[in-house]
Amino acid sequence: MAQIFPKWFNKVPLLIIGGAGFAGVCLIAAIWYFGSQEYTEVGFQPIQPIPYSHKLHAGELGMDCRYCHSQVEYSRHAQIPPTKTCMNCHVMIKPESDKLALLRDSWEKEEPIHWVRVHNLPDYAFFDHSPHLRAGVGCISCHGDVAQMEEVSQVKSLSMGWCLDCHRDPDPHLRPVSEITNMNWRPESPLAQIKWLNAHKDSLKINPPENCSGCHR
Amino acid sequence: MKSFENTLTAQEPIKPLILGNPSFSSVTETISGICEKKETPIWWWIALGISGLLSLNLAAMIGYLVWEGTGIWGLNIPVSWGWAIVNFVFWVGIGHAGTLISAILFLMRQKWRTSINRFAEAMTIFAVLCAAIFPGIHVGRMWVMHWMFPLPNQMGLWVNFRSPLLWDVFAVGTYFTCSALFWYTGLIPDLATFRDRAKNRIKKTIFGVLSLGWRGGNKQWKHYELAYLLLAGISTPLVLSVHSVVSTDFAVSIIPGWHTTIFPPYFVAGAIFSGFAMVLTLSIIARAIFPQIKNFITMDHLGKIAKVILLTGTMVGYAYSMEFFIAWYSGNDYERFAFINRALGPFAWAYWIMITCNVLTPQIFWFKKLRSSIPVLFIASIIVNIGMWFERFVIVMTLHRDFLPSSWDYYTPTMFDIGIFVGSFGFFFFMFLLFLRFLPMISMTEIKGVLPQADPHHGGNSHE
Repeated sequence: MAQIFPKWFNKVPLLIIGGAGFAGVCLIAAIWYFGSQEYTEVGFQPIQPIPYSHKLHAGELGMDCRYCHSQVEYSRHAQIPPTKTCMNCHVMIKPESDKLALLRDSWEKEEPIHWVRVHNLPDYAFFDHSPHLRAGVGCISCHGDVAQMEEVSQVKSLSMGWCLDCHRDPDPHLRPVSEITNMNWRPESPLAQIKWLNAHKDSLKINPPENCSGCHR
Repeated sequence: MKSFENTLTAQEPIKPLILGNPSFSSVTETISGICEKKETPIWWWIALGISGLLSLNLAAMIGYLVWEGTGIWGLNIPVSWGWAIVNFVFWVGIGHAGTLISAILFLMRQKWRTSINRFAEAMTIFAVLCAAIFPGIHVGRMWVMHWMFPLPNQMGLWVNFRSPLLWDVFAVGTYFTCSALFWYTGLIPDLATFRDRAKNRIKKTIFGVLSLGWRGGNKQWKHYELAYLLLAGISTPLVLSVHSVVSTDFAVSIIPGWHTTIFPPYFVAGAIFSGFAMVLTLSIIARAIFPQIKNFITMDHLGKIAKVILLTGTMVGYAYSMEFFIAWYSGNDYERFAFINRALGPFAWAYWIMITCNVLTPQIFWFKKLRSSIPVLFIASIIVNIGMWFERFVIVMTLHRDFLPSSWDYYTPTMFDIGIFVGSFGFFFFMFLLFLRFLPMISMTEIKGVLPQADPHHGGNSHE
């Protein structure tokens, strides 16, 4: 009987096994890297209509976050300030600046500025700022050190797994409610922090939901 | 060649397993001939056409299900599990006979298994494929079906290892993998025979690749038989474990009528019962389409299958009565109500169909005369499978009387329930007919191993 297959065919099974193994490793590595939220979401930094600097206002000038994001403790949304909030100062400060031309334009026409949202959550995830702030989660925990950002970018993945990490173990992210906007707050000492946490969690009955309907309502 | 010499005793069988005293070569000729012939029996084409159409209908209905959602089925509260799980359990159960024949009967050295193991294993694989359709499509959002597996993801979402529905995923997955490997390992020597007999290049190449370079050397046989034995050992616990796990879907819940410890053994007996009935149906069909195999699958084989059906059917009957006994003996009102309602309530018709088909019908097999009549065997095998479908239906329909009388309701299937179920039969027979036509439906190597010529002591007189 004539041979059906050439001699090199003997190597095929080994090649298949080796190739399949290699392909499997590549696939896992690719999903690990490219599929992660850190790759797809973190670092999102849209260009804003006005080159507003958080570093200047919140950092160097030391303005409180809540001067502009005034309802963050009471509502779902942190609020993007209206043009009027900017003009509280900018009618007097640098009223002729070229960079603020759009601001003055918006002021005169009474049309809001189209700021671009940086932190997007999916529609099916219900998120409310106020209970988080009331529990003592600082701005920095989710938004990073905004006071050092020239332009704001997303620093955390905002994925469901990331939310759940904190909901399952909120302790490392809690601080006194008076310090929520303080970017430089550090606990006095680990021991003091543990004592404070126990009292704090008891008094506020902090029990973040982990069930589906906690966020998917 | 001393293939599959797995008898402990040197005792010869009283009757020959294979009739017509074939030689090694005539075994090969007969079985290979079925697949090598150019013309196919007209019945094969008719059956393939019908089952093909039903499979297409299945695909179309599943497409509509994806589009529209599970609301097209008759399910609703309180009967929130409908035909999908009935069909799933039904098909998984059918598969069990294949594994029992191929693994347990192999380890028990039951030589008569050689004539039916190949297509019983094929039946297992196709039945498990049919079964796998239902958990797949019942999830509603099929595009997230991979959530059934523990895959790391950004959502921090993880499967619930305490849920029997997850155990199912692993049990059925393991079952399919082992059955497929077992089937394929057994096929290798026969595929090599097909390769060697193939007339054209394409066939030679296909069977050449499939037979993995099998040459039939001594060493290869040694490895092969060890591998086969190991696979039989691995598959043996699966016969018991898979349907036990399936039964925990019900038994782990706290529904009266479901929450019972008898479920695992009772489900396993039922699975083997229905599986053997399906083997019987398929053997009779195969014998009708290809009469040349009548010498391999003899009346003796069919009679033995009938005996297994009688045994397991009686075990199932025992389980039914024990359920009632425990419901009474437990003194639990809810348990009692569930069973009285089962036998006398709105679904009593289904219950009595089940009893008639599963408990009463197999009793005819006490009589040898009825065990050796093809029409009786064929009709009884179909009745048994109808009964076993109804068994699962009766169990699932326990839900129609739940804890809250105001929500009590009746279950009516829609055309999509029926169409998808019938379609799964179409798919099963479609695959099976293709298998009959293109692969050796009976293991040539194993048949040769049980021929008298294969015995080293055969014809001993001439060696004096």
